[in-house]
Amino acid sequence: MNNTLNNTDLVKKSLRKRYFKERLFRSLGLVSIATAIIFLLILLADITSKALPAFSQTQLELTVELDRDRLGLSAQPDEAELMAADFRLVIRDALLAQFPEVTSRRDKRELYTLTSMGAEFQLRDMVIDDLSLLGQTITVPFMADDDVDAVIKGSIDRTLPESDRRVKDQKLAWIETLEASGQIDTAFNWHFFSSGDSREPEMAGIKGAILGSFYTLLVTLALSFPIAVAAAIYLEEFAPKNRFIDFIEININNLAAVPSIVFGLLGLAVFINFFTLPRSAPLVGGIVLSLMTLPTIIIASRSAIKAVPPSLREAALGLGASKMQTVFHHVLPAALPGILTGTIIGMAQALGETAPLLMIGMVAFIVDIPQSVADPATVLPIQVFLWADSPERGFLEKTSAAIMVLLFFLVAMNAIAIYLRKKFEKKW
Amino acid sequence: MKFSALIFLLLLFAAFSYFMARQKITTAYRQHKQKKKILTLPKYFGYVAALCSLLPALLVLFFLQVVEEPYINSEISAYIVESNIDANEDLDLYLNDIKSADTPEKVSALSPEKQQVYQRYHEIETTTNRTISVVVLALSILLAIWGLKKINTDTPARKVFEKIIEGILLLAASIAIMTTVGIVFSVLFESTRFFGEVPILSFMFGTEWSPQTAIRADQVGSSAAFGAVPLFVGTMLISFIALLVSVPLGLMSAIYLSEYASKSIRSVAKPVLEILAGIPTVVYGFFAALTVAPFIRDLGESLGLSVASESALAAGLVMGIMIIPFVSSLSDDVLSAVPQSLREGSLGLGATRSETIIKVLIPAALPGIVGGVLLAASRAIGETMIVVMAAGLAANLTVNPLEAVTTVTVQIVTLLTGDQEFDSAKTLAAFALGLMLFVTTLILNVIALHVVRKYREQYE
Repeated sequence: MNNTLNNTDLVKKSLRKRYFKERLFRSLGLVSIATAIIFLLILLADITSKALPAFSQTQLELTVELDRDRLGLSAQPDEAELMAADFRLVIRDALLAQFPEVTSRRDKRELYTLTSMGAEFQLRDMVIDDLSLLGQTITVPFMADDDVDAVIKGSIDRTLPESDRRVKDQKLAWIETLEASGQIDTAFNWHFFSSGDSREPEMAGIKGAILGSFYTLLVTLALSFPIAVAAAIYLEEFAPKNRFIDFIEININNLAAVPSIVFGLLGLAVFINFFTLPRSAPLVGGIVLSLMTLPTIIIASRSAIKAVPPSLREAALGLGASKMQTVFHHVLPAALPGILTGTIIGMAQALGETAPLLMIGMVAFIVDIPQSVADPATVLPIQVFLWADSPERGFLEKTSAAIMVLLFFLVAMNAIAIYLRKKFEKKW
Repeated sequence: MKFSALIFLLLLFAAFSYFMARQKITTAYRQHKQKKKILTLPKYFGYVAALCSLLPALLVLFFLQVVEEPYINSEISAYIVESNIDANEDLDLYLNDIKSADTPEKVSALSPEKQQVYQRYHEIETTTNRTISVVVLALSILLAIWGLKKINTDTPARKVFEKIIEGILLLAASIAIMTTVGIVFSVLFESTRFFGEVPILSFMFGTEWSPQTAIRADQVGSSAAFGAVPLFVGTMLISFIALLVSVPLGLMSAIYLSEYASKSIRSVAKPVLEILAGIPTVVYGFFAALTVAPFIRDLGESLGLSVASESALAAGLVMGIMIIPFVSSLSDDVLSAVPQSLREGSLGLGATRSETIIKVLIPAALPGIVGGVLLAASRAIGETMIVVMAAGLAANLTVNPLEAVTTVTVQIVTLLTGDQEFDSAKTLAAFALGLMLFVTTLILNVIALHVVRKYREQYE
C-alpha cells in the first residue's frame, strides 16, 4: 500500500516536467512550420518589392522636329530608306534645344545618354506607321535610359555625395530640370512584355523567353503525354508479372530521382552530338524535359487508372468488349481527369526547370523572338538566370519581374490542376 | 522533298488504305451475309491496313534520317580530299560554314573554293533527300497494296490490331529503360575518353582542380589539373548544411501536422509546403545569391567574422529550406504507415503524446525516415541552380562553411556552357563528373527505395 502511494506520488511529481516537455516538443513543431511559412513570406515579399519598379517605365517627353533634310530623306521615302535614316540626330537636336548651355563634346555625349538607345527605333517605328508625321514637330514620350529610370524610381539615392552616386551632379541637374518642367512621367511598361532580350536593361523584355517556354512546353507535352499515358496503361492493365516489367518499374522510380542536370548531359551527348539536332532549340529542350517529366506523369496516371473501380472493367468485359476496348472506351475516360492533373503538374515542373536546358545551349543571348520549335530560344527560368548574372542595376528589377511572371504561370497551371481535380473527382 | 510533306503523304496513303480495306470487307460481308457469322467490325480491317502501310515506312524513314547526316559528311570529306581542296580549318567548322549557307546571298559570300564544295554538297543533299523520299514512299505504297490484297474476312483483324497496339504500349513503357541506358552510355562513353587522358586515380583522389587548359604551352598555369576531391568535399559540405536544416525542420513539421495540428493550421501549412516545393530552383538561387548571402556576410562582419560573399552557408541554408517539403512529405508517409495500435498502446499506458512520438513512433518509423533522409541527400547532391548562382567557382579544399566552395554540379555547368570544343579534356571532365553524380545518386536512391519498401512490408 505504502509502495503504490509512493509510485503515484512519483508519477504526480514528474508530471509537471513531463507536461513541460510535451509543450516544448509541441512548440518545436510549431516553430518548424512557422519557419517554413516565414521563409516563404520573406521570399515572396523580397521578390515582389524588387519586381514592382520593373512594371513601370520612366518616359522623357521631348519635342522633336521631323525634318526631312536633317534625316536625309527624300520626299516620298520608302521603308528601306526610313530604316537606314538616323533618327538619333533629331532626338539629339531636341535634347540640345532643351539644354542650350551644354557645349563641350563630353557634356553633349553625357546629355545624349538621357534617352534610351531604343528611343530612335521608337521614333522610326512611329514614322513608318504614319508617314504624314514627316515634316511636323511632335512631342513624343521617349523611353528614358536605365540610369534616369533608377533616379526617378528612387533606387539611386539623390542625397548621396556625388562620388558615391552612379549618376553625377550634372546629369542629376538635367533630370531635375526635366522633372520640374513636367516632361518626365512614368507609364506601365508594356515594352517588357512585347520585346525580346537586350543588353540595355530598359529595352529588355521577356516576350522571347515566354514564347521559348511555350514552344518548349508544347514539345514536352506532345511527347510526354501520349508516351506516359501509354506506359501507364500498359503497366497497370496489360503487363504480366515478370522480371522485365519489374526492371521497367525500378527504372521509372529511379529516373524520378535522377538529378535533372544528368538529363541535360544526356541531351547534349545524344540529341545534339549524336543526332545533330540544332543547339539552343526548344525542340531539343522539349525532348529532354519530356524524358525528365515522364516518370512524374506515369506515376500520376498509374494511380488514376488504379483508382477506376474493377466493376467498370468487369461490366465491359462481361458485355463482350475486348480487353483493349475496355481500357480505351471505359477505363481511360474515367481516369482522364486524374491523368490530366498529373500532366499539368508535370508541365509546371518542366516550366520551372533550368539546369538541363543550360547543358543544351539554351543559355545563349538571343534577341530575336522565336518563331518555331527549331529556332534558337531561351526560356523563362534561364532568362531569370541570365539577368541575375548581369551587373547592371536595372536588370535586378527585371529579374524579379521575370520571376513574378514565371510564378504567375506556375500558380495558374496549378490552379487549373486543382480545379480539374475538384470538378471531375469522382467518388466511386 | 520536305520532311513535313513526306509525313503528310504517308498519312494520306494510310488513310487511303484504311478506306480501301474497309470498303473491301464491307462488300465481302454483304456478299455472304447469311452464310457466316460476322466477328469483326470492318473498321479494324481498315486500321490494320493503315498501320501496315504506315509503320514500316515510318521506321525506315527514321532510320534513314539518322544515317543521312553522317553519310553526307563523309561524302563531302571524301570530295574535299579528292579534289585537293585545302581545308586548313577544322573540318567540322568547314562543313558548318557550307551547310549554314541557305540563302543565295550567303552562298555568294563564300570563297570560290567553298562555293565549289557547296555545289557538291547541294548535289549530294538533293540526291540523298530524293532517294529517301522515293524509298519511303515506294515502301509505303507497296505495303499498302500487299496489305489490301492479303486482307480478307478470315483475317483476325481485331486481334492483330490489338497486338500491334499492345506492342506500342510496351514500347512506350520501355522508354524508361532506354532513357536510363542512354544516360549510362552517354556519360560512360565520354568519361572513358576522359579517363584515357587523365588517369582515373588522379581524378578521384587529386586535391587540385583547375580545368583551364592553356592555349599556348608556355603560358602561366598551362597544366590543367583534374583532382576532383575539392568538388566532392564542397558538394558534401553544402549538402550537409542543407540536411542539417531540412531534416529536423521537415521531420518536426511532418510530426506536428500529422499528430498535433488543428484543421485550420493544416489548411494553411499544407499549401505553404506545396508552394515551397513548387518554386523553381532558379528562384531560390536568385534569393540565395542576392538576399541571403549578403545578409549572412553582413551578419558575420558585425560579429567580427570574415564571411565570403559566396559562402557555402548561404547556399546550404536556402537549399535546406527548399528540401523541407520533400523531407516533410516523405516523413508524413512513413509516420502514417506506423500502425495505429502502437500509438494507442503507448497512450493507453499513460505516455504523453511527445513520449509516444519519441519513444514509439520514431523508433518504429526509423528505417523509413533514414530512407527519406537518403533521398533528400541525393536531392541535395544533384541540386544545380542554387549552387550555380550562390556558391563559388574556385575549388577550395575546406570544410569551413563561411568560405566559398564549389560543387560537382557547378563545375559541370561551368565546363559545358560557353564556347566549347567537344574533345578537349575540359569538356569531357564534365561528363566524368556527371558519371560520379549519377552513380552516387543512383546508389543513394536504390538503397533508400529498398529500405523504404522493406519498412512498408514490415507493417503490411
